[in-house]
Amino acid sequence: MRQSPKDIEENARVVTRRGLVVGGLQLAFMGMLGLRMRQMQIEEADEYRLLAEENRVNMRLLAPPRGIIYDRNGVIIADNAQNYRIIIVREDAGDVDDVIAKLQQIVELDEDELERAIREMNRRSPFVPVTLADRLTWEEFSKVAVNSPALPGITPDVGLSRFYPMKADFAHVIGYVGPVSDFDLGRIDDDDPLLQIPKFQIGKIGVENKLEKPLRGKAGNKRIEVNAAGRVMRELGRDEGIPGQDIQLTVDARLQNFVQARMDGESAAAVVIDVTNGDILAIGSAPAYDPNKFVRGISSADYRVLQEDRYVPLRNKSVQGTYPPGSTYKMVTALAALEAGVVGPEETVWCPGYYQLGRRRFHCWKRGGHGHMNLENSLVQSCDTYYYDVSQRVGIDKISAMANKLGMGMRHDIPMSAVAEGLAPTQQWKAVRRGEAWRVGDTLNASIGQGFTLTSPLQLAVYTARMASGLAINPRLIKTLGGVEQGAEPPAPLDIRPAHLRAIRRAMINVSNGQRGTARGSRIVTEGYEMAGKTGTSQVRNITAAERAQGVFRNEDLPWERRDHALFVGYAPHTDPRYAVSVVVEHGGGGSRAAAPIARDILAFAQYGGVPPLDAYPTSQRERIRTMYESMTLADPAPPVPGRSRA
Amino acid sequence: MSYLEYNVKTVPAGARKVLYLNWPLILLLTAVASIGFLMLYSVAGGRLDRWAEPQMQRFGLGMAAMIFVAMVPIWFWRNVSALAYVVSLGMLLAVEFFGTVGMGAQRWIDLGFMRLQPSEVTKITLVMVLAAYYDWLDPKKVSHPVWVLIPLVLILIPTALVIIQPDLGTSILLVAGGGLVMFVAGVSWWYFGTVIAAAGGLVAAVFTSRGTPWQLLQDYQYRRIDTFLDPSQDPLGAGYHITQSKIALGSGGFSGRGFMQGTQSRLNFLPEKHTDFIFTTLAEEFGFIGAFSLLVLYGLIILFCVLSAMANRDRYSALLIYGVAAAFFLYFAVNMSMVMGLAPVVGVPLPLVSYGGSAMLVLLVAFGLVQSAHVHRPRGR
Repeated sequence: MRQSPKDIEENARVVTRRGLVVGGLQLAFMGMLGLRMRQMQIEEADEYRLLAEENRVNMRLLAPPRGIIYDRNGVIIADNAQNYRIIIVREDAGDVDDVIAKLQQIVELDEDELERAIREMNRRSPFVPVTLADRLTWEEFSKVAVNSPALPGITPDVGLSRFYPMKADFAHVIGYVGPVSDFDLGRIDDDDPLLQIPKFQIGKIGVENKLEKPLRGKAGNKRIEVNAAGRVMRELGRDEGIPGQDIQLTVDARLQNFVQARMDGESAAAVVIDVTNGDILAIGSAPAYDPNKFVRGISSADYRVLQEDRYVPLRNKSVQGTYPPGSTYKMVTALAALEAGVVGPEETVWCPGYYQLGRRRFHCWKRGGHGHMNLENSLVQSCDTYYYDVSQRVGIDKISAMANKLGMGMRHDIPMSAVAEGLAPTQQWKAVRRGEAWRVGDTLNASIGQGFTLTSPLQLAVYTARMASGLAINPRLIKTLGGVEQGAEPPAPLDIRPAHLRAIRRAMINVSNGQRGTARGSRIVTEGYEMAGKTGTSQVRNITAAERAQGVFRNEDLPWERRDHALFVGYAPHTDPRYAVSVVVEHGGGGSRAAAPIARDILAFAQYGGVPPLDAYPTSQRERIRTMYESMTLADPAPPVPGRSRA
Repeated sequence: MSYLEYNVKTVPAGARKVLYLNWPLILLLTAVASIGFLMLYSVAGGRLDRWAEPQMQRFGLGMAAMIFVAMVPIWFWRNVSALAYVVSLGMLLAVEFFGTVGMGAQRWIDLGFMRLQPSEVTKITLVMVLAAYYDWLDPKKVSHPVWVLIPLVLILIPTALVIIQPDLGTSILLVAGGGLVMFVAGVSWWYFGTVIAAAGGLVAAVFTSRGTPWQLLQDYQYRRIDTFLDPSQDPLGAGYHITQSKIALGSGGFSGRGFMQGTQSRLNFLPEKHTDFIFTTLAEEFGFIGAFSLLVLYGLIILFCVLSAMANRDRYSALLIYGVAAAFFLYFAVNMSMVMGLAPVVGVPLPLVSYGGSAMLVLLVAFGLVQSAHVHRPRGR
């Protein structure tokens, strides 16, 4: 149809007008879009940028290598061993079951561990590596590595794990590390992010536990860029953190090894101290256990065996165990009396075999009595009556004050677990703790190291070292920490008259060397290597009147757990003391028979710097000693690796 | 004025037609497409072969098609408008039965050398048929109910076919694009007021129908609406796209992170980074400057179309140009609103920038029609 030009113009105008309206609306909408861009990209840009950073940057912790523990000569006691692991990545593996089945033909996989790994794999994203097995032998590891083309998704990997090359020898000293548990996290107030790493190893007991902080070091981190699915794209930066500090112990690994070996088969403890500075050269407790078993988490069967052993291998007898010191305590009573001036060194006491206190009779171990006893003879022959008499004159408080001065009844500051305080009883102590008045009979018992008195082998060693050197030495276990010498100030002289100490030492020399000495059978004959000491036998039960009448107190006739503890404290060389030792053999019978020979062998080993030659022993014993050493297996700790020590 | 009134002699003929093309428009289209190549290169992590190269080939093909369409007289295109519309409806029906299912929707016909989305084609054929209809219709009758009903049916047939694919985004674009042509053609304001009111009612119906047996939309469409209304309720689930898209956009700041430095898109935080969400990469890497520049380029394309339409006294030509401009506008307006969190995620590409053959080809052919109208506009007098 034809339209008039006027209509055409009119229609074109309508179209143009409407078109301009639409164009205007479009422009307005674009303006709004522009404003929105401005708002998001200029005004709120910082917020969005922050969100974007959070999106893409992820922090991963880097566990620092744990500090290495060395002995005083640089022998490694606790190391970070390479832990060969097998890691699987689900998405690379394809058919996981098939790959695992193939892997099982090559290496044996622990069923529990495998089940745990599969659970973890299914829970996590397919590209997250999961540990399938760890602690492989090198042989297994290389088998897997060789076969890796046939095992898609399987990667052999190396991590760090604690390793104790000396095995059981240092179990009680440095303890062990283990995977951090919920129990640990609840117990310790520590916000170190490292603890959040699954299976992170922390010190559970011993030095590993007490010096956890310096050993652990500071967590490093790496900032990685991840994509939306959490896959690592690249590393943005890395902060290596601070490695744990190395520790050097005062302990001599070879001596420690010998001490443990010598006590093998007994339930015993022994401590060796350098009398000149208090360095703990050996601190053993038998039986021990292999701390490597604990590193990964010990099996319940293994743990039950350790727990049910009546020799209590998990107990650190050297610092945790406290025992009545028996006659080894007599030097305390003697020194207290000498210092108080209530008795002179040559003054004698008559021993008829007992001491009558009112209506109660206190027996000497020798039923027939010792006759006239002066200080020296009372120690050499270990007469009890002498101390019953003298202790009454000096009183319990002075005896216990002397015990404190010599390092007993107090907790020594060494970084080991459950260091016992022991007990040097006083009148006040009994009134407060027992609610009873102190009785004279208590003093008599305490004077010979029975009754309430309790000491640990460590305290006995410190006590002996102080008497031997006349110095107020304190035990030291940590030689250096992070290369810095720890607490090495020279010890002060003891506040005891040197003449009195000399008298005591003279008596102790005769205990193991004199004709009538209780430890004569355990003497060292080499000149200049002789030892001095004191035996002790402490009762763990009361002897009833009926038993005494029957004469049944031969230890061999009693069940093991009711036998007496055998103790010995000593030092060597007797003229110029260097090493002090204490030995406690639980339920070992007599101190001269069970404890003194061990102490003698330890002191001889310490002095000779190795297994002592047979001519150090009395002729009659050499054959037996030779057999003993031949049957003993001693580790030869690896000599220090030059340059290995970071200290 | 119908083509019959053309003084054919005033229209350029032969190769000289090239000189009469709307060259500023061609330059603008090329500029926008080039931004697309750059961004496709960037999101592919610096690889040409992945998306940028095929896209360039398609652009080249599309430009050739545009010039070809532009050389053909506009009255030819007017005459085949109805046919083109019917053919596109046929293709829409074809995808219903033989189409390839992609991303949960039946949208493509596989032609062998490329995958064609009939819904894209329909956007243009709908504009063509409406322009031809209003060119044919006596302008005095445009607001008569009977003559309003016919274009409504023309719009709603393809819309219904698209909605069951299901492709909500394209169906909205079809309705809006068709409606705009009707509006420009002079249909009374009253109809539009009524429709807008009815749309409000429909929205209410859509929401009340949820969970009932006569539920009007698919579940995923409801979820998208929920997400749009409150993206934070599920930042890692359905709200993830919008949240991440906004983070990318906002973190670009004024000057952007630099070419190839966009962490969001580089690290796959962005979904569909090479198609519907490519604008976020541009905004992240080139910041406000880049994003706003693209908006200005789009605005200029619209402006040159409007200027061309105003200067064209041929009714078909003017309506066609307005219609194509409106369709083009709806593409980028909906896409940008979507990625900036102003509209729900409906799956509309950014025109000439997003990776995709059909949309690019169809748009360039549409601009070929615009060029043809421009070249063959009535002159003199």
